[in-house]
Amino acid sequence: MKLLVTFSRKEGKKPIIAQVVRDTGVLINVERALIDSSEGEALIDIPDESCRLVKEKLEGMGAAVRILEEELNLDEAECVDCGACVSICPQEVFSFDGNWKLRMEGKKCVLCGRCIEICPHRALSRKGEA
Amino acid sequence: MQKSIDQINERIRDGNARVVTAEEMPRIVADLGEKKALAEVDVVTTGTFGAMCSSGAFLNFGHADPPIRMERVWLNDVEAYGGLAAVDAYIGATQQSTTREENYGGAHVIEDFISGRSVELRAISRGTDCYPRRTITTELLLENLNQAIMCNPRNGYQRYNAASNTTDRILHTYMGMLLPGCGNITYSGSGLLNPISNDPRFRRIGSGVPAFLGGAPGMVIGEGTQASPGSGFGTLMVTADMKRMNPEFIRAATMTGYGVTLYIGLGIPIPVLDLETVRSTAVRDEDIWVDVIDYGIPTRSRPSLSKVNYAQLKSGVVELRGEEVRTSPLSSFRRARVVAEELKLWIQGGKMTLALPTRRIDSEKISQPMHETVQGPRVLEIMDRRVIAIGEGEAIRTAAQKLLKGETNHLPVINEQGVLVGIVTTYDISKAVVNPAKGPLVKDIMKRKVITTTSEEPVDIAVQKLERYNISALPVVDREFRVIGMLTAMDLGKLFGGRWLK
Repeated sequence: MKLLVTFSRKEGKKPIIAQVVRDTGVLINVERALIDSSEGEALIDIPDESCRLVKEKLEGMGAAVRILEEELNLDEAECVDCGACVSICPQEVFSFDGNWKLRMEGKKCVLCGRCIEICPHRALSRKGEA
Repeated sequence: MQKSIDQINERIRDGNARVVTAEEMPRIVADLGEKKALAEVDVVTTGTFGAMCSSGAFLNFGHADPPIRMERVWLNDVEAYGGLAAVDAYIGATQQSTTREENYGGAHVIEDFISGRSVELRAISRGTDCYPRRTITTELLLENLNQAIMCNPRNGYQRYNAASNTTDRILHTYMGMLLPGCGNITYSGSGLLNPISNDPRFRRIGSGVPAFLGGAPGMVIGEGTQASPGSGFGTLMVTADMKRMNPEFIRAATMTGYGVTLYIGLGIPIPVLDLETVRSTAVRDEDIWVDVIDYGIPTRSRPSLSKVNYAQLKSGVVELRGEEVRTSPLSSFRRARVVAEELKLWIQGGKMTLALPTRRIDSEKISQPMHETVQGPRVLEIMDRRVIAIGEGEAIRTAAQKLLKGETNHLPVINEQGVLVGIVTTYDISKAVVNPAKGPLVKDIMKRKVITTTSEEPVDIAVQKLERYNISALPVVDREFRVIGMLTAMDLGKLFGGRWLK
């Protein structure tokens, strides 16, 4: 399960993810992180059964946590199944089915945004931003 | 045994013709043998659906009152070529909007027209006695035009080289996004369904032959521009009435960082008249080979990294330089199939009969590069030939003195053999003074990854490097990587006022 964790760094540079790993024993996989002087955003992957534990722990340390589900939107009317997105995705979200129709496994997505940027037919967007 | 085109057309009219797609043909020939396949199959349909930049349409708007001789013409802020009589224009697919840049272009105008949306026409003129009007603005639907004739100078490439990228940065090309370090391969074309791949000698495809273009019945005009069938890269010029097209088969697109293009569905039916046609239409993906070209090299003749066939490309993974690399088709094989199937239905239903070329296309022709009479400036002509360099084992203080004395900000660092091994700038030295912990020698603080140029490199390429890496100087090196000069932003000033501005 993927969680989007955002936190402020104004109260100091607390190693909150490391802290949560130590306190809970859950192995957290950081898939994407963007941290600057005032705030940070990390996309983490954890086993489904540890979701509640990790989420509560992170929130207890002042971070905002959002559970990511299918965040990517594919506009079937615009998509022509060209597959430009297939090889550029670091998570292998896209593939073809037996009939060369584009298949999207949104659950694997880490929202890097590459496919949205390059889709020749502008068929991909983040949910809520379509 | 041979069949005539009249026999085939008779069977089409009677509804008895046996029509198969080029994807079905290899199996049929393998199962029946060539002779039986010739007796059995009358027509093989082909299809492709991909980005075809060299496309556009002739439009006739009809005369306004008072009439205008349009000199410059815009459709939804995309300029169309107006140098054709009074109210004719040619809208090219890749022309970009003056207001929306790469997000909207000629391809989008064409798609909007075909989808039934209205398009704003704006035109200006200087006014003449017979055409007094100077400006016009009006909203037009496709049905308001007298003619909208798509006429594409270069469509349906026989095959197309695949693309990869050996550099360490992402490239945005007309072959899509290419990841660093050969992180992916992109390709285009439908392989065994490609029209010309099924008739590489142009025995059946030529002027006057019917075609499926954008969902409309159309025609092959003849050889496409830049056609190079002698080297396996034939192209076609094709036409059809835009008013009969279907947006399912005409889609505007943007290759991010490159620009606007038009995805087109094109198919050509091939009459199976003799054994040679049976053989050529039995082509398989495994038989169609292309090079994987390194788009990281900014010259016309980019090096080939490997040879691959369409079966390998379509498998989704290709081995390149000992690693498995994922592939992306940029054209839609799914829609290419739909084109071939649709064309099959047309012919089975008697909607389209076939014709032999009224004029053959030369299958030996090879396209030539541009004949250039004036060469652009090269680094050699503007570089600073004074080489002020420093040895990697020298003290930082010595480097500072050299920089001051040479009145430069960049000091190439060389080893004992005189080979470039790093670079230090005044900034690096300032940092070393403030924070001396790294060590006392040049090699302790130098940058080891140096972006370089060569004396023969075109200045435009060197400038691209300066911009891309946000730096202001490039050491000029020879083949042995010895420094023979420097190119700095200052040297670029020599281009102005000199012979290059003529």
